[in-house]
Order: sequence, then C-alpha cells, then structure tokens
Amino acid sequence: MASVFTHEFNTPAYKGKTSFNTGLYIDGKFVEGSDKTTIDVVNPATGKIVTKVAEATAKDVDIAVAAAHKAFETTWGLNMGGAGRSKLLGKLAQLMEEHQQELAALEALDNGKTFTWAMDLDTTFAIDTIRYYAGWADKIHGQVQETDEKKLSYTRHEPIGVVGQIIPWNFPLLMMSWKLGPALATGNCIVMKPSEFTPLTAIRMCELIHEAGFPPGTFNLLTGYGHTVGAAISGHMKIDKVAFTGSTLVGRKIMEAAAKSNLKDITLELGGKSPNIIFDDADVDQAVNWAAHGIYWNHGQACCAGSRIFVQSGIYDDFLAKFTEKTRSLKVGDPFDVDSYQGPQVSKIQYDRIMDYIQSGKDQGATVHLGGDRNGTEGFYINPTIFTDTTPDMKIVQEEIFGPVGVVIKFEDEEDVIRQANDTVFGLAAAVFSQNINRALNTAHRLKAGTAWVNCVNQLHSNVPFGGFKQSGIGRELGEYALHNYTAIKSVQVNLGHVM
Amino acid sequence: MPETFKVELDTPAYKGSVSCNTGLFINGKFVDAVEGGTIDVINPSTGKLLTKVAAATSKDVDIAVAAAKKAYKTSWGLKVPGAQRGELLMKLATLLEANIDEFAALECLNVGKPWSESRGFDMKLTLQTLKYYAGWADKVHGHTIETNEQKLAYTRHEPYGVVGQIIPWNYPLTMVSWKIGPALATGNVVVLKPSEITPLTALKFASLVQEAGFPPGASLESNVSPSGATAGTAISMHPDIRKIAFTGSTLTGRKIQEASAKSNLKVVTLELGGKSPNIIFDDADLDQAVKWAAIGIFSNSGQVCTAGSRIYVQEGIYDAFIKAFSEAAAGLNTKTGDPFSEGTIHGPVVSQTQFDRVMSHIDAAKAEGAIPFIGGERHSLTEGFFVKPTIFTNCTPDMKIVQEEVFGPVAAVVKFKTEDEAIEMANDTNYGLACAVFTENVSRAVRVSNALEAGMAWVNCNITTEYNVPFGGYKQSGYGRELGAYAIDTYTQVKAVHINVGLKI
Repeated sequence: MASVFTHEFNTPAYKGKTSFNTGLYIDGKFVEGSDKTTIDVVNPATGKIVTKVAEATAKDVDIAVAAAHKAFETTWGLNMGGAGRSKLLGKLAQLMEEHQQELAALEALDNGKTFTWAMDLDTTFAIDTIRYYAGWADKIHGQVQETDEKKLSYTRHEPIGVVGQIIPWNFPLLMMSWKLGPALATGNCIVMKPSEFTPLTAIRMCELIHEAGFPPGTFNLLTGYGHTVGAAISGHMKIDKVAFTGSTLVGRKIMEAAAKSNLKDITLELGGKSPNIIFDDADVDQAVNWAAHGIYWNHGQACCAGSRIFVQSGIYDDFLAKFTEKTRSLKVGDPFDVDSYQGPQVSKIQYDRIMDYIQSGKDQGATVHLGGDRNGTEGFYINPTIFTDTTPDMKIVQEEIFGPVGVVIKFEDEEDVIRQANDTVFGLAAAVFSQNINRALNTAHRLKAGTAWVNCVNQLHSNVPFGGFKQSGIGRELGEYALHNYTAIKSVQVNLGHVM
Repeated sequence: MPETFKVELDTPAYKGSVSCNTGLFINGKFVDAVEGGTIDVINPSTGKLLTKVAAATSKDVDIAVAAAKKAYKTSWGLKVPGAQRGELLMKLATLLEANIDEFAALECLNVGKPWSESRGFDMKLTLQTLKYYAGWADKVHGHTIETNEQKLAYTRHEPYGVVGQIIPWNYPLTMVSWKIGPALATGNVVVLKPSEITPLTALKFASLVQEAGFPPGASLESNVSPSGATAGTAISMHPDIRKIAFTGSTLTGRKIQEASAKSNLKVVTLELGGKSPNIIFDDADLDQAVKWAAIGIFSNSGQVCTAGSRIYVQEGIYDAFIKAFSEAAAGLNTKTGDPFSEGTIHGPVVSQTQFDRVMSHIDAAKAEGAIPFIGGERHSLTEGFFVKPTIFTNCTPDMKIVQEEVFGPVAAVVKFKTEDEAIEMANDTNYGLACAVFTENVSRAVRVSNALEAGMAWVNCNITTEYNVPFGGYKQSGYGRELGAYAIDTYTQVKAVHINVGLKI
C-alpha cells in the first residue's frame, strides 16, 4: 500500500494540517512503484527530509500509458464532449480554491518559496489557468474552406491522444496547471512526471482531480527521475506528444528521444538569459523596482528572469545606487515568516551550481557589487547578488544561473545594446524601459524573444502566450495558442459530385 | 415596494413553492414603476390570472439607462477584467443551477410548456449558455495586423456600453441567457425588456443577478419590465443606448430598425420569424424523418422561430409519410394538458391572442382549400389555449398557410417531384431562418443544404440548437448571429489602432 504523508503546519504565515497519499496516481488509483522504491523529499529551508514518495520506473510508465489509452478510447477524448470536459476542469478549479492555503503551504515547504508568494501568485495563477482552460473546452473550432461547390472541405481539431508532460521544480503547481489545463480541455489523456525535487503539490492535486470526477486514466502522475521516467516518456512508442519545461540540456535529450522513437510531436519550454534594457529616458525608480522583480522573483529561479540588466550610461550611477538599495531591502528568510521576500534555493544541487557561478564571476574578474554569499548556515539560502564590471564572454553573462544573481552592464549606444541583447543562443524573454513610444516599441519588436515586456518584467497572464525563440524552446503555452499544442488537425474533404 | 408573487404547487412534476418579485429591477434593486401601472400575467393552461407585475414606461427606461451608463463608466466595462466578468457569470449559472426546478416550474406556469420541455430543454440550454459565455469573457481577442515595421496596427474588440435587449415569450428564460450571456461577458451593461406575456422567470432571474454580486446597474436587466409598446419603443429610440438586440416578430423587427434610424443609428441585430422548409426525399429514413418532422413543428406547440412548418415530401414516400406523420400528431392529443401532469408532452399556446391568431390561420387554410388531414381545431380541453396538432395537405405555394408564419402546431405539407423543384419552392419566401433536409445520400445532403437560403440548415435532424453553434437568419428572418463565438462579435465594436513607430514626415 502506498503511504500517507501527514504534516502539521504551525507557522506565523499558516497554521493547518495536510494528509494525503504519496503513491503514484495511475488509472484512478494510488499505487506503489513497480520496484517499490521511494524518493526523499527535502525541505530546502532546513536541508532535512520531510517525507518519502513512491518512485516510478519505466514499467509504471507502460502501465500508465495503457490506462491512458483505454480512457481516451472510452471515457475521454471526443467521447466526453467539450461541455463535460469544461465542467470537470471547472470543478477542479473550485476544489483548488477550497484547498488553496493547504496547496500554498505544501508548495512553500517543498520548493522553499515563501508562503505569501505561493498564495498570491503560484496558487492563484494556477487556479486562474485551470478556470481559463475550462472555458476553452467547448470552444474548439476547426475551419471550413471554400474550394468549389462540389466539395465540402473542413478541418477537425482533434485531441492527439495520450500526451506526456514533464514539468520543473521552480513553479511546481503552476507548471502543472499550464500543462494540464489545455491538454485536458482539448480531450487528451496525460501521463505527467513532476520534478523529483518538488512532487508534493502535484501528488496532492491527484486527490482533487479524483474528487472532481475525471475518469480513471485521463490523468496519471508518475514521480520519478529524468533518466528513468522522463526518458521512458519521451521515448515511448505509444505517447504521441511530449511537452517539456526545464533546462535546454534536457530539452535536447527529449527531442532526441522523440526523433529516435516515434517522431512524437514536441513542445519545449527551456532556459533563458533574458536581457532587460533600461534607457536614459526610463522612469528610473520604476525601472529599479521592475529590474529587482525581474531577477529576484522566485529567488531567480524563473526561466524568463531578466538576468542581464543593460543600463544606459546617462542613468547608470543613479540606477545602480537605487537598485543596490532596493536589493538590500529584500528580506531573505524562512518561507513561513510573513515578511520574508526570498526563501532558500530549491536544492543542494542548485545551491552548489549557483555558488559555482558566483565563484566563476569572481574568478573571471567581475565585481561583486552586492551579496555573492550564503545567507545563514542552515538550508540553501543565497543572498541576492549584483555583479558589475563584466565582459560579454564571462560565464555569468552567457549562461543561465537560475539564482538570485543579476548582472548589471553599462551601455552607450542603442544599436549596440540591441545587438548585445540578441547575442545569445537563448530567446525566451526581453524587457525594455523607455518612456519614448518609438524607442519602446521599436526595441521590443527588434528583440529576438518570445515575450517582450515594455516598462515591466515577468508579467504573465493566463490568456497571453508564453514561449521562446531559438534555443529557449519550441511552441507556445498559455492563451489560445496552447490549444494548438494539444490538437491534431484532420482535413476532411467530402466529394459531392466530382466524377473521375 | 413591489410585491412578491408566490404560489404553492403540489403536482406530479413539482412540489414546492414558486415565487418571484413583481417590480422592475433597476440599479440593483426591485422598484415600482414610476407611473405605477401594472400588467396582468395569465396562466395559459387555465386562462386565469397568475399575478400582476409592474409596467415600465419610458420614464423607467430613462432611469435604467442612466444607471446603466453610470455603471459602465465606473464599475463595469473594461474596468473589470474578463476573468472577473466570467466568474460573475459563472456564479449566476451556479445560483440558477441550485434553484433550477423552481425556475422550471415558474416557466411552466407562465408559458404553459410541459415540464419535460421546460426542465428538460429550456433550463438545460439556459445553464449551458450562461456557462459557455462565462468562459468567453477573458478570451475576447483583437488582432495585430502586419502593415510595415514603422507601424503597430492592432484591433480592440470593445463593448458598446449600454445595450438594449428585447426578448420574446416562447423561451423566456433561455432567451435571457442568449442575450445577457455574450453581452455581459464582453463588458456591456444591459437594459432588458422581457415579454409582457411571460415576465416571471426573467424577474426571478434578476434576484439571482443581485445575489451573484453584479455591480448595480451594470448587470443585466435593469429589467425594464413589460409593457411592450411603451418600454420597447423607449429602448429602441433611446439616445444613450448604443446597440439593440431584438428577438420577435418580423413586424416589430421593422419598427426597431426604423426607430434606430430615426434616433441615434444604434446598431441593430434582429432575430425574427421564419417559415422554415423541411424537405424529405424518397431516400430518407422514413421513420426518423417522421419523428424529426413532428419535433420540428409540434415542439413548444409550434411556437418556435425555427419551426419546420413547410414540409416538402417527395412523391415516392408521400403516402407513407403522411400516414405515419398524422399518427404521430394524433398521439400528441392524448398527451395534451397541464404542464405538471404526468405524460404531458403538448401544451397550450401562450395567450388568447396567440390562440385566436393560430385559429384564424387554420380557418383561412380551410377556406383556401387546404385539407386538415388531422387536427385543425381546439382541443377538447377548453380551459386554457390548447390547439390540436394540425397537418394540412393539398397545399399550394400561394396559400397563406404556406406563406405566412403561424407560430402554432400547424404543418403545411406539399408534395414534390424533383430536387430542383423542392429547392425552388423552399427558397420562395421572404424568410430565411432555418431549413431541414432528410436524405441518406451524402452528396444530396450537402448539395441541398448549400442551396437553401437559410441561416441554419439541419440535415437528418431538425431544430436541434447547440449553444456553441451560431443561430440567426437570412433575408427577412433577421441579421446578426447569436450563440457560439459569433455572438461575441455581435456585442463588440472594433477599434483599429494605428501607432506610428518612427515614421517621420
């Protein structure tokens, strides 16, 4: 029998209890993994193990895929109808709302983000996303094309079938909702692998999915490692599509596995090193606040983080002084303290990686303008860090750090900064700060990124598409655009009288 | 203070109380009409008075429009994000769902439609429609359009502001949902006039709007109630109403369009009458064709704008069809009666006026030589406005019974030889709301439905409306579309924005 995780929260930010099954969720049931092994879940605020959850293997993937196919052929897919899918998703959103605090607390415990952020952003946005896609379920439209009067030509936008979804640890519940929403709304069945670092909210969601009434097999959750479960999903001959959010490195593996197996459709949402360009004519005070949000939000663990901050020379000194003060004001502390802004990084591995980057910055001759060190002695806390005096070739300027480490770069010339901003293999997002209408819009249009923010950074909405150019990914999530990821187009041509 | 109408029911279909406010719902409150007038509401199953409701006049319309305008500027419109508008609509749907039986019962009392139709069709479609449009509220997209790199060109799909909506008596609550769903989802504020014959469910619905938490004035139904001519005229002439949507007779539709032309050129969409053809070919599945033909003309006692009231039957199956179809019609006579009784499928027409109108059409048909193959008279239940399901044969195209909308359970059957002949006869009308085709041949099915001049074509089925498929007419059956994504366009106006990004002249 799969075990149960019970935990009592008794903190300033939240008091409450949680208790849920920690098995894999396959075909509507909680089960142990085939090998009966488990994965430790660590609280990054303390570095200590909180619980164990069931571990899936490739064998469990096979079982889940079979269950998903069965559901697709019988109780889900186009057998259910859009209104029915809409109703279930709506019910799920409602259940999430009823358990919002519990979900936020679990997220804070597992990921290290503050309870306040988990409430105000992660869970709220996740609920909104599910609700948003509930509304799309009965609005899946094909097209009728005019060819000639002896033909009826139209398209059906059909669900793909069984889709694999692999999600990261930085916004666990939110990433789950971005994937689950459009895939279920369009009638697909899902085999999902949450991050082995942050499986708790995903597992808790399975009980809500069950309670909402989704037929068994429509949604399956397999907690496991990338090299076992992730590989099995991306290489599976009976999964017709895989959607992945995570590092570019792993994204390549997914794409390779897809190519080598059954040429499954893939969408990838990968890393970034997004530029934030602040011109002389920006509102400096606003730019400072947004720039801080751009890099320190979620402890820098955001794919779209504005991690390269380009500041025009005219305002550089003023900006840097204010930005430094702003950064200093961000309180690093326990996720369950009400005034913490930033909690620990998600794991020891991430902590080490970020500290290595900070070291490389120092080694390559950049200036540590602020921070650059551990915070406290317990847990994986890193102080918000500012590097200055960098050169374009430095690792901290080129590579994605995924931590609270901002690089501030002075620039003179508009043409040159756009060139520098675009000089990267990444292309996830970009930001421009300028009060001038021509400069603001022109720059936004010229930046090679999937999202261009003007006078803001890191703003996301359920109905606005999100995704990357270049090696930051393929395909778009959110908005109406996400529906394309999960539908297969069939053209139907009915001959009404052409005689051969 | 307006009174509450309340009655206790103890029937096979429904046991419990049924109630609603009888005032006008303006600016979030129920109020008396300024001039204090009232309208009698009759139970068409008995012909007896149910209650009186407040009668609005132009004075009340003015108050409602002012409240709506204020709400639009302050607490509604695009100030409220789409997701929030959607949530309020969903809340409204949830409240309705929790009280659905009572609403169904109230509709039966006021309209006379059988419980199976009210609860099984009207209420279901109403809920689906509200939920559907709740989901559209945050999905109203403009477009960006590539012109050149020195221009940012895009469209905004903005609400109109205050919209007027006038709805009919045949599906009272369902019509409320078709109108307010897309209007509120897109950010408009609404002044709605229900039919003076069937105001009760709209009034009860207004109390849910209040409960759901719509900003006063913003929501729905600054329910300027009944009194057709006065309130309806006031709405169609009002200078601060930017758009009007009307469902009802072609006659009144003309008046609405005229009023718009004379006042402020408010945008008009009309959903009017029909005399929809139902063409049944020799190769149709006869059994199915008979069933659908009956649904097409006898549902809701024929009080359906899309009713398949002209039935064209190919000569090869004509005799077999008539026999089976009249048996189906005759079967309804034993299932005629009170909406709440077990087994009732056929109800009364909605009012004395409608009854008289239907009977005069029947008399005219007889006078012109059409043969009442079955029915053609009042039902033996003389309390209430019951007309027997009627089938006229021996009809020719020039007869009134073939040309004019009866809006009752009266079918005109015409025999035909060839496909071309059927299409020509079917299109020979000023109406163009719907049509139906029965054939098992795929090419013919699509070819004929392509050729028919109607806003909706049903193949091997009839009048099966889906909330996400557009609804509306050709020709004098109206213009504009309701339901589906298309209704979103009906309630938004397009602003094209051209931003010069660097072009210097």
